[in-house]
Amino acid sequence: MSHPNGDTTNPNFEPKLIGFLCNWCSYRAADLAGISRIKYPPNMRIIRVMCSGRVDPTFVLEAFAQGADGVMVAGCHPGECHYIEQNYKTMRRFYMLRQMLVQMGLEPERFRLVWASAAEGQQLADAVTEMVEQVRQLGPLQWHANWQENGQRLEALQAIVQEHQQAMEVPK
Amino acid sequence: MAEKVGVYVCHCGSNIAGMVDVEEVARWAGQNLAEVVVARDYKFMCSSLGQAMIEEDIKKHGLTRVVVAACSPHLHEKTFRRACENANLNPYLCQLTNIREHCSWVSTDRAKATLKAKAMVAAAVERVKKQQSLEPAYVEVHPATLVVGGGIAGLQATLELADAGYPVYLVERRPSIGGHMAQFDKTFPTLDCSACILTPKMSEVAQHSNVTIFTYSELEEVSGSVGHFKVKIHKKARYVDEAKCTGCGICVEKCPRKVVDYDFEAGLGYRKAIYTPFPQAVPRIPVIDTASCIWFERGKCRACEKLCPTGAIAFDQKDEHIELTVGNIIIATGWELFDCRRLPQYGYGRLANVFTNMEFERMCNASGPTGGKIVLRDGKTEPKSVAIIHCVGSRDVNTNEYCSAVCCMAALKFGHLVMEKTNAEVYSFYIDMRTNQKGYEEFYQRLLEEGMHFVRGRVAEVTDAARRPEEEGKLIVQVEDTLVGKQRRILVDMVVLMAALEPQRDAKELGLKCGISCSMAGWYTERHPKLDPVATMTDGIFVAGACQGPKDIPASVAQGAAAAARVMGLITKGTVMIEPVIATIHEELCSGCRICNNLCPYNAIEYDAEKGVSRVVAAMCKGCGTCVAACPAGAITGAHFTNEQILSEIRGALWDAHAPAPAPAPTEAPAPAQVVSGS
Repeated sequence: MSHPNGDTTNPNFEPKLIGFLCNWCSYRAADLAGISRIKYPPNMRIIRVMCSGRVDPTFVLEAFAQGADGVMVAGCHPGECHYIEQNYKTMRRFYMLRQMLVQMGLEPERFRLVWASAAEGQQLADAVTEMVEQVRQLGPLQWHANWQENGQRLEALQAIVQEHQQAMEVPK
Repeated sequence: MAEKVGVYVCHCGSNIAGMVDVEEVARWAGQNLAEVVVARDYKFMCSSLGQAMIEEDIKKHGLTRVVVAACSPHLHEKTFRRACENANLNPYLCQLTNIREHCSWVSTDRAKATLKAKAMVAAAVERVKKQQSLEPAYVEVHPATLVVGGGIAGLQATLELADAGYPVYLVERRPSIGGHMAQFDKTFPTLDCSACILTPKMSEVAQHSNVTIFTYSELEEVSGSVGHFKVKIHKKARYVDEAKCTGCGICVEKCPRKVVDYDFEAGLGYRKAIYTPFPQAVPRIPVIDTASCIWFERGKCRACEKLCPTGAIAFDQKDEHIELTVGNIIIATGWELFDCRRLPQYGYGRLANVFTNMEFERMCNASGPTGGKIVLRDGKTEPKSVAIIHCVGSRDVNTNEYCSAVCCMAALKFGHLVMEKTNAEVYSFYIDMRTNQKGYEEFYQRLLEEGMHFVRGRVAEVTDAARRPEEEGKLIVQVEDTLVGKQRRILVDMVVLMAALEPQRDAKELGLKCGISCSMAGWYTERHPKLDPVATMTDGIFVAGACQGPKDIPASVAQGAAAAARVMGLITKGTVMIEPVIATIHEELCSGCRICNNLCPYNAIEYDAEKGVSRVVAAMCKGCGTCVAACPAGAITGAHFTNEQILSEIRGALWDAHAPAPAPAPTEAPAPAQVVSGS
C-alpha cells in the first residue's frame, strides 16, 4: 500500500520544493552552482531570506499548505553565520518543527536543513538533487487536498450526526 | 488599490534564452498574473537601453512595481534599483528574480526550466505587490576613533588618523605598546633592527597630541553603532601613579622578587615583580604584577614605595572603567604563538635544547636575556649545529590547516643570524619554501649561497635516544628527505621550532562584543576576502594586521593604513547611510515577553521597563530577521522581508501546485497586459 500522504502511481510526478536560502552563504552557493554550470533538477523554487534565522515556522507550514512536496532551509555553516550565530537558532527551530511535522504524519525527508557556504555550490546542488529524488520516491504530499473533506466523507458524517440526534430524541 | 506591475524578462544573450523560453515567460506573465500591466523580454536588461526601457515604462504606464527576471541580485539589484529611482519609483519597489544562476544555467530541460522561470516570476510578482517604499536613514560620524591593539598594525592606523588631525584612543592590553615587533631582533629580508624602526613610531604615537594611550587596559564593552559607538575601557590598576612616575627605574632595580618573564622574554629571561617589559617601553611607567609581588602575597616589603623618589607607588590604586564615544573602531589585536607542547614528538618542554621561534628571537636580540649570544639552554655553550623545523602547528590537519605565512622567511633570517654569530651548520626542514613578497626570494637565494642546508620533509620526531655511539649527547632529527626519498637522522645541538601564529585566545569574545565574526580557524572575518579586506560585516568596525590572518610586518602596516583610510573616509563624509532593511517592534502588539532580547547577536533590542515593551535600536539592527520569526505575538516587522511579502512569494512560487484559491471577483474586467518582445 502506498503511503497515505502520497500518490506514487503517477509516473510523471515532479516534486515541487521550496528552498529558503540565506542571502550570504547558501543563496550565493546557488549562484555559484549556476556560475559553475553545475546541473541539478529544476524542482526547487528558491526564496531568499537575509538569514536562515528569518525562516518563521509559518513559512514552512504555508509552503506545505500551498502544495509543496518538500521544504529545504539552507544557511551558513555553524560558526560562519553572517549574523554571528543566528543559524544556531535556525537549527533549534528546525528540529522542533520537524518533530512536529513528523507527529502530524509528514515524512521527515520532506523537510531538510542544509549548510552550504558561498563556496559550496556543488554541495548545495547535490543536496537538492538528493532531496528531489527522496521526495519523488515518497510521492506527492497534497496536504491541502487532504485537508478538504470529500463529498462521501461529508455525507457519512452528516448521516452519523443525524442518527445520533435521532437516538437522543426522547419519544413523547 | 490595484498595483501596476511591470515584468521584464532578460535574455542575457543566450545565457537565459538558451534554456528558458523567455518570450513565453513574458507572454504568460502578462496574460496570467494579476495586476501585471506590462511584460516585456529583452536581449540585455542591464544594458543602458534595457534600463531606459524600464524607466520609460514607469513614466508612461505609471508602474507602481517592477519585476526584473534576470541574474543574481548580488550582481544587478543595484542597477535596476537605480533605474527605478531615476524614474522616481522608490528603489525598494523593484524585485529581481534570478532566472540565470538559479534556473537556466543549472537546468538541462527547456520545458521544465521555463516552468521554473514562470514560478519564479510569479513569486516575484506576488511579492513585489506587497513591497513598501523604504527610506534610508543618516547618522552623523563622531570624529574620534578607537584602535584596539598597540602592535605595528594598530600603531600605523593610529598615526595615520592622528596625523590627519583626528583624535584616536589606543588601547593596549600589555603594559607597553609595541606588540610582537618589539620582541624581534632583526626583520626580514632587509635585516634592519626591529627596535630601530619600531621605537621611533612608538614614541611618535606617545607624543602625538591627538593620541590618548590606554596601556594595561582592555576593551570591556561596545554599544551603539557606526558613527557613535559607546565603548567602555577597563584600565587595570598598575599600582603606580602615572602622573608622578618619571620612569627612573629605581623601583625595578630595588625590587627583591625576580620571576621568569613568560610574556616579553618568552620564558627565556627574568623580570621583577614591578617591571617595564623592555627598556624602550612606552609609556615608561612600570606595573606591579600582583601575582608575584611580595606585598600582595604576604603583606610585607613595599621596598619600591620606600625608595621611589617621587612617591609614585600607589598600592591602593583601583581599576578604572572609562567610557568614551567614538565614531569607528579598528581592531588590531594580532596573534599569539602556538604552544609547541601540543606536538610532543618535537620534544619542546622535555628536551632542553629545543627552542621556540620566539625564544630564539629573544636570544638573538642584543638586549635580550643572553645579550644576543646564541647559546644552548645552559647559557654558555655555543651550538655546533642547529636545526630549524618549519610548519610547527601550521599546514597540519591535526593542529592548524592554514599557512602561518611568516615562518619561512623568519627561518631564513634565523639561519643567517646563526651563521653570522656562530660557526654552526644550519639545517632547515621545510615542506615548501614560501618566499613570495618583494625581496624575499632574493633573500632565500642569498641563504642558499651562504651555505644553509635545506632538507625537504616534515620532521617525524626530535629525540635524544641515541642508536649509535656518535648520536650520544646530541638531538636527533628524524626526517624523510622527500627529494632524495630516504629516511635521515640528522644530529644537532639545538632545535628551533617555527611555531605557528594563532588567533588570540579571546578573539571570539572580543568579536562578540563588537559584533564581528571569526573564521573556523579563529581569525576575524573581513567583509570580502579580496575586495574588502579591512572592513567587517559590522559597519564602523575595521580589522587590521594579523588578527585577520597571519601576516608579516609590511602587510600589517599596509592594512593598518588601509583601515585608517577607510575610517577617514567616513569621518570626512560626516554622515553614514543606515540600510532601511531592519526590524521594528509595534509597541501596541508587544507583550514585553523579551524573547527577542536575547536572540539578537548585536544587542540591538532594548527593553523599556517603564512601558513594558521591547524596542529595536535602528542603527544597530543588521536586518537578519531572527527576532521577527521568533516573536510569539507577531509584533516585529522585518522591513523588506515581512511575513506578508514572504508568504505571498511562497504562494506565487507554488502557483501551479495548489488548487486556485477563490479570488475576490474583480470589479471590472482587467485589461490584458501589453506584451512586447523586444528582441
